Amino acid sequence: MNIAVCIKQVPATESKIKPAEDGLDIDRTGLSYVVNPYDEFGVEEALKIKEQVGEGKVTVISIGSDKTVEALRTCLAVGADEAIHIKDDALAKGDTYITALVLSVALKKGDYDIIFFGRQAIDDDSGAVGIQVAELMGLPHVAGINKFDLNAEGRTAIANRQIEGASEIVETSLPAIFTCQKELNEPRYASLPGIMKARQKPMTVWSLSDLELTAEDCGAEAAKVAIEKITSPPVREAGKKIEGDVPQAVAELVRLLREEAKVF
Amino acid sequence: MCLPYFTLYTFRGRHIGLPLQKQSSWRTYLSDKFDVIIVGAGPAGSAAALTLARAGLSVVVFERGEFPGAKNMFGGVLYTTILNRLVPNFWEDAPLERQIVKRRFGLLSKQSEAAFEFRSEDYNTKPPYNHSFSALRARFDPWLAKKAEEAGAFIIPETVVDDLLWRDGKVVGVKARREGGEMEADVVIAADGVNSFLAKKAGLRKDFKWNVLAVAAKEVIGLPREVIEDRFGLEGDEGVAMEFFGDAVAGMVGGGFIYTNKDTLSVGVACSIDAFIGKKIVPNDLLERFKSHPSIRRLIRKGETLEYSGHMIPEGGHKQVPQVLTDGLLLVGDAAHLVNASLYHEGTNLAMASGLFAAEAIIEAKKRGDFSKEGLGSYHKKLTDSFVFKDLSKFREVEAWAHANPKFFTEYPDLCLDLIKDYFTISEKPKALIQAEVYKKFRKKLSPLRALVELNKVRKALF
Repeated sequence: MNIAVCIKQVPATESKIKPAEDGLDIDRTGLSYVVNPYDEFGVEEALKIKEQVGEGKVTVISIGSDKTVEALRTCLAVGADEAIHIKDDALAKGDTYITALVLSVALKKGDYDIIFFGRQAIDDDSGAVGIQVAELMGLPHVAGINKFDLNAEGRTAIANRQIEGASEIVETSLPAIFTCQKELNEPRYASLPGIMKARQKPMTVWSLSDLELTAEDCGAEAAKVAIEKITSPPVREAGKKIEGDVPQAVAELVRLLREEAKVF
Repeated sequence: MCLPYFTLYTFRGRHIGLPLQKQSSWRTYLSDKFDVIIVGAGPAGSAAALTLARAGLSVVVFERGEFPGAKNMFGGVLYTTILNRLVPNFWEDAPLERQIVKRRFGLLSKQSEAAFEFRSEDYNTKPPYNHSFSALRARFDPWLAKKAEEAGAFIIPETVVDDLLWRDGKVVGVKARREGGEMEADVVIAADGVNSFLAKKAGLRKDFKWNVLAVAAKEVIGLPREVIEDRFGLEGDEGVAMEFFGDAVAGMVGGGFIYTNKDTLSVGVACSIDAFIGKKIVPNDLLERFKSHPSIRRLIRKGETLEYSGHMIPEGGHKQVPQVLTDGLLLVGDAAHLVNASLYHEGTNLAMASGLFAAEAIIEAKKRGDFSKEGLGSYHKKLTDSFVFKDLSKFREVEAWAHANPKFFTEYPDLCLDLIKDYFTISEKPKALIQAEVYKKFRKKLSPLRALVELNKVRKALF
């Protein structure tokens, strides 16, 4: 069973995000990064399938700068077998379509039975790349799965999707693309031997030319959407502190609730 | 405590069945065994890792934080003599803030301040200036760790080390909080900070008394570069180190500080834990009090608090330094209680020095293949022969003096400032009379002989 998991390195969930000066990106100074949590479900599911089948290979793939290597190593440390790092300066200004285009070309080079994505990356929340890759590769696509089972022969897979008020059970032929939702599994932590071994696992680096793509195919001009502006959400107004003795303060609070907040 | 052998032979899943009597050769079966395991990627740990990796030893560094430096904090001034030995011309790419060309010590009462300020253009000629720079540890520590990594050290963040592994009374490795977390090495360096659990587990130190530890609370306050330079009288990358005593910290044993960074200020207080207990005040409240003092308020005006942090500082000095080594284990940095708590406030330089010396001692020990206490003994000798122990020894009375003489933090600053204030208060009273009154007031509070005795105490402890 040959499984690919496409992962993205994203700012850690507790990061304080503010727009960059040009208003087209976020300010990345001082941010720490993690593997997109939804992608971790994909990695874990891939490892579980491999363990269950008893043979196979798990490949993690990511696009990004040199820093992305950390995210790929993290996946190798938990048990993925090899990593593909797609790195090219021309990719800095791409959109989800460009990402999907590059990944689809990279994925076609491997013979994957199952391809996992996170249902969305927690930085831009687009949730678009998985389905676009499926379209570009002409593969079946099941979105937001929270349960995955391989049938006995490994020819088809059955996945559950949480939909409004019900659970939808879908069967698809393989190869197919799945995007992973919470509750799919509980991602494991890297063991110490796993971390040590991750150093020696193969990490392939591909540029656009290795994928027979050009900067024109993947630059800002080829993108389907462009970011107009990134702004901060409106700042919440400061709270009001009422000073003084308790009876007076309570009276003041009641007055403010009535006259200013108009709650009663 | 004895190491269960079977776990060793199974922890990589392929060493099962190795006969116990083959202990001498079992190491060859473990391809991942390291020469040295370092616990903690602060300045001490990274200095050791860098030195060892450069000498061709295999080194792994465990860091419990998300990245090296994530959990580390200091006041804000780094002395760099040792750093220059570790990374020659470090200033070319180290993430430093400003070179310290001005030092200022302020004595505060509720309303007044008297200060001593020293600035020298000789500190401002060319790098490395006076080997003192303001810095932020969240940037500096990862940089130094990266140097070690580039030299070949293997750094594993987000991993807590819970225990040491022992065999025949010798430390032979560590147990990390991860599956398959046991790892062996010839030597373990405990660079795990002031509250070193490894030093305690190894029986090298006892529980602390509250008077030998200080607690610091610090804010990093953002201000535009130009505002900092104008407000503190600086040009370019010049910086100032300011320390405050007396009412700055409610008369407690300790002080407050402001260090200028490029576009932030490091503002904080550091006082002895027993002083906090005695005053029943929490560090955060003391910091707020410090920030609202009329002399401090003006310096941080309109600043935006960007970070808040707190940390313990081992200020017990020479008397508190534990045994720094045992068979297979060395203590460095805060774990060895290496802080000079005099007016120099030197910690990170001592940490890097100890890391360097520990590494040198291990390199020598490896040549002889002897990692026993005796084999590693040159570590202690290097500390003794260098400024590390010499300085700690010279200032060994600071902590005891401070605790035995609380008046120096309360009564005397107030008296001193009161007298200066009277002296400069303008009225139509003849100046001779004012001076006589000031002297009379002084004599009433403190006899001249007593004053000399007290001053001599300060001289002995602090200078």
